[in-house]
Amino acid sequence: MKYIDSTQVHKKMGTRLIANTLAKTLFLLATLFGLVVLIVLIYRVLKDGLPWINMDFLTNRLSTDPGRAGIWGAIMGTFWLMLVVAPVTMILGIGTAIYLEEYAKKGRVSSFIKTNISNLAGVPSVVFGILGLTVFARALDLGSVVLAGGLTMALLVLPVVVVASQEAIRAVPQFLREASYGMGATKWQTIKNVVLPAAIPGILTGVILALSRAIGETAPLVVIGIPALLIPIPDGIFDKFTILPVQIYYWTIDSALVAEYANLAAATIVILLLVLFVMNSIAILIRNKFQKRY
Amino acid sequence: MTVMTDKKHTTENLSMKAGNQENAKKVVYDTKDLNLWYGEGHALKNINLAINENEVTAIIGPSGCGKSTYIKTLNRMVELVPSVKISGEILYRGRNILEKGYQVEDLRTSVGMVFQKPNPFPKSIYENIAYGPKIHGIRDKKILDEIVEKSLRGAAIWDEVKDRLNQNAYGLSGGQQQRICIARALAIEPDVILMDEPTSALDPISTLKVEELVQELKKDFSIIIVTHNMQQAARISDKTAFFLNGEVIEFAETDKIFSNPSDKRTEDYITGRFG
Repeated sequence: MKYIDSTQVHKKMGTRLIANTLAKTLFLLATLFGLVVLIVLIYRVLKDGLPWINMDFLTNRLSTDPGRAGIWGAIMGTFWLMLVVAPVTMILGIGTAIYLEEYAKKGRVSSFIKTNISNLAGVPSVVFGILGLTVFARALDLGSVVLAGGLTMALLVLPVVVVASQEAIRAVPQFLREASYGMGATKWQTIKNVVLPAAIPGILTGVILALSRAIGETAPLVVIGIPALLIPIPDGIFDKFTILPVQIYYWTIDSALVAEYANLAAATIVILLLVLFVMNSIAILIRNKFQKRY
Repeated sequence: MTVMTDKKHTTENLSMKAGNQENAKKVVYDTKDLNLWYGEGHALKNINLAINENEVTAIIGPSGCGKSTYIKTLNRMVELVPSVKISGEILYRGRNILEKGYQVEDLRTSVGMVFQKPNPFPKSIYENIAYGPKIHGIRDKKILDEIVEKSLRGAAIWDEVKDRLNQNAYGLSGGQQQRICIARALAIEPDVILMDEPTSALDPISTLKVEELVQELKKDFSIIIVTHNMQQAARISDKTAFFLNGEVIEFAETDKIFSNPSDKRTEDYITGRFG
């Protein structure tokens, strides 16, 4: 006796195929939803902002007059902020990753630390802002300057760098380490000459992604206290500053008062998106260039 | 040419030979009651082996018998496995390498290793060979050039690669890569060379080249080679140790092991009844 009756199977085949088509349509819609929203968003931003972008907009100081307002201050603020965030996250993040992957004994303590680094990545950014306000701006009495904001932002994106670097270091084949140890190299010589050169592409990708997150973050700096209207251009890491996303935030709020502020915000969004697009492209280029070398 | 100065044993060795002509072979590695556990698994059981210098000692046995573990214990590479526990003694040139405070980097400078899979660095051929001397502090380009040439000649691959020393070692064939790895081990001017199934990933012609090379090298080095291939052990080694389930079943002259083994299990293994 056969268990599968082919006439019965044939009868039910129609419903099965319909269920399949239904599932496929559902998943396609899910994909399209995100895509459509993104396209609408970019279209609106470009429509509102593009006419306002010109050389004056990029190089002027901030002003209450929409016709004269520019974002040079926010661009320089972002630049100085990155100058703090990049070295701090790289030193702390890569250092932590090297310690955890190469030096720390694999045990309860190291897995506890690793778990909490992943947890740290899930802490809301506004909480980091409060930490920055209490520790860097007030307790260390830095005030709301680039250094305080940069240290806060560095802590915020640190987990991204740590996790990406750990993965890159772990992906270096063990046989390369063995070859180096086998010749009497110390751990540090092996890390410096074998592990890091092989892991650098992955680490760099992580660093760039972390920086592009830092460039777009708003909440922690708003909490630290960035002035809504800052005319002077920051000149170093001890100056008060504003950055592109915070500028977007204030202009959007104030667009209730002056309608053109909404266009200024849109124009700034275009610039910010452009910066992020370039950074992510560099990250992807690095990743593709160094993929599959073993 | 001797570039590194750590060669105390050479003089000891000469005086020994002068004083004791008929027993000229000196023990380089003396293993006493070695036990090793991976977590709960007892991988090596009461190993006692005395390995002579300037000989090729082959270690044979079926998969999982502990032969690779043993050779990796000789340069303490086995410690890279997190849960490993070791007891007993391994005397290298009279000093216990398992005692507290023994500098493992020192040991590995005198004991080179060639691995199962060719594992050159993703660097140029030149940089691969110069790696060892460089980490031991040699910076002079002229000396490095000499070491690179000498090591590549020593590994019988100089003629094949002399015109492309700056090319990536990954561009070479598997057999050439393995000889690059042997040259890289020679470049630290070791006393002993450990080989962990060095030909298992190679084709027959490359295997033959490596075997000839081993014969050549034993004049200057003591060689301990783990092999899966019994014909290889018979062809190239002076002494053979047969491992089974973490124990040394028999250790004797290779001729004797293969013609007249004293243990039934050795005979069963070499005649292909198991393993």
